[in-house]
Amino acid sequence: MNQEVLDKLTRLAQLALAPEEARHALADLRAIVDLIDEMQTVDTEGVAPLAHPLDMEQPLRADRVTEQPARERYQAGAPLTRDGLYLVPKVVE
Amino acid sequence: MAHAANIAALRHGLDAGEYSARELTQDALGRIDATNPLLNCFITITAEQALADADAADARIAAGNAGPLTGIPIAHKDLFCTADAPTTCGSRMLAEYMPPYDATVVARLRTAGAVSLGKTNMDEFAMGASNETSWFGPARNPWRPQHTPGGSSGGAASAVAAGLVPLATGTDTGGSIRQPAAFCGVTGLKPTYGRVSRYGMVAFASSLDQGGAFGRSVEDVEWLLQAMEGHDPQDSTSAERPATTRAAAAGMTLGLPREYWDGLDAGMAQCLQAATRELEAGGCTVRDISLPHTAAAVPAYYVIASAEASANLARYDGVRFGHRADAPKSLDDLYRRSRGEGFGAEVKRRILTGTYVLSVGYYDAYYLKAQRVRRLIRQDFVDAFGAVDAVVAPVTPSVAFELGTVQDPVAMCRQDVFTTPASLAGVPAMSVPCGFCDGLPTGLQLIAPHFEEGRLLALGAAFQRRTDWHLRQPSA
Repeated sequence: MNQEVLDKLTRLAQLALAPEEARHALADLRAIVDLIDEMQTVDTEGVAPLAHPLDMEQPLRADRVTEQPARERYQAGAPLTRDGLYLVPKVVE
Repeated sequence: MAHAANIAALRHGLDAGEYSARELTQDALGRIDATNPLLNCFITITAEQALADADAADARIAAGNAGPLTGIPIAHKDLFCTADAPTTCGSRMLAEYMPPYDATVVARLRTAGAVSLGKTNMDEFAMGASNETSWFGPARNPWRPQHTPGGSSGGAASAVAAGLVPLATGTDTGGSIRQPAAFCGVTGLKPTYGRVSRYGMVAFASSLDQGGAFGRSVEDVEWLLQAMEGHDPQDSTSAERPATTRAAAAGMTLGLPREYWDGLDAGMAQCLQAATRELEAGGCTVRDISLPHTAAAVPAYYVIASAEASANLARYDGVRFGHRADAPKSLDDLYRRSRGEGFGAEVKRRILTGTYVLSVGYYDAYYLKAQRVRRLIRQDFVDAFGAVDAVVAPVTPSVAFELGTVQDPVAMCRQDVFTTPASLAGVPAMSVPCGFCDGLPTGLQLIAPHFEEGRLLALGAAFQRRTDWHLRQPSA
């Protein structure tokens, strides 16, 4: 964990850090990496990863319409919309 | 004093016309108005809606259509979506967010006629163990207001302990129901993963998040669980299982895992040993067991929860809902600053950690490794439950600490040392008040096999028949 890795992570996560946070971030993340490295001593040879706590199968449902369009309601909380579209800064020059 | 009554007594009082749901609601709202400025356990108080719901409940009771919770006051943790109240998740990101729909838990309790008084304070996006990461400031512990109520469901635990509501919903990802329940001296149940629908619960770590219940007694929690649980077609991970029914406590064999008990603080150990003796006196047999991978739970939990959080929180982009930065210069600038301004420091640490453990070159060493450790931890419980009916353990290493005294993020994570194993395994676990250390309450953790909440309810109720810790209330 170094400044270069941290810069890459903030870029990947699209996350701006406030100056105060940026000062602590590297030390904090190093401490967290030390914490999570504590599990490296566990012998997991031949153990399959467990993604989900229950042995369950993904259930299938009938292919039926259950929801109606409600764009106005869903967009009511959006910061900026026009004509049913979400507005963002210009992407293509 | 209706506010000190249990749910069975409140049900009787409402049905017998000793008081109306409106009177109960007004009484609770009055106490919230008087106490919330100190305890900060509510982010939003929905007084007007509550009185309208209370009137509807009174009409149902008069018509003879009351269900078990009709007219009973309740509060929802502020990450259950409510169509009629903001859902902030304790975050600036969602400070103004009005969901377009109700969470299944909210809808079920609404249908049951429970009267919601508002939304309770919590650590931001449920990430924290002290309520201090809330954008709205920490909730406080009614036993000693300069101390934490715990987290992340700190507002819910504080509100129940202070007698503001008899029941409250919460969620538990790595201990967020059990730890605040222990710190505030109330009963808190994290059901089996899949027992309660996650639909409309703002997602933190989807393979761990589980909705659950707070109450002043096991019996009260049982009322709430029965109204919340059950399969939901809107959540494909919710299980199709028969409803919870209470088992018989007498004759159970209980396991004390040495990894939890060895090295426990002396005062805490004394308190918990006395509680264990009560369970023995109630007809249970106690034996030592081992859950060998316990020490790896906090690191594995931190990897898995952060990985899932970094994916779940990618949806907050400043475009569709939530906080948006002013005058963005580009789309990337909009994303980066909206997220940078909207999220607090702890949430950012988790997102960065999650991004790290999922990135090329680290995925196998961290994410897959943590998932392999998770299987071993789950297997520890499966093996233990071959020999014992339930596990008895501490909930927390200490009683509630003073606000502001745990500054180190890693030290805060270690608060979850006794709660993350059951979360990773997906098994149900409950905290019941079992005494006081240094004048602050502490909890006993009961853990059962998957979908055996009935054993927890039986053991907890048997314990509360023999003890009166759950009846103690903080002084005004």
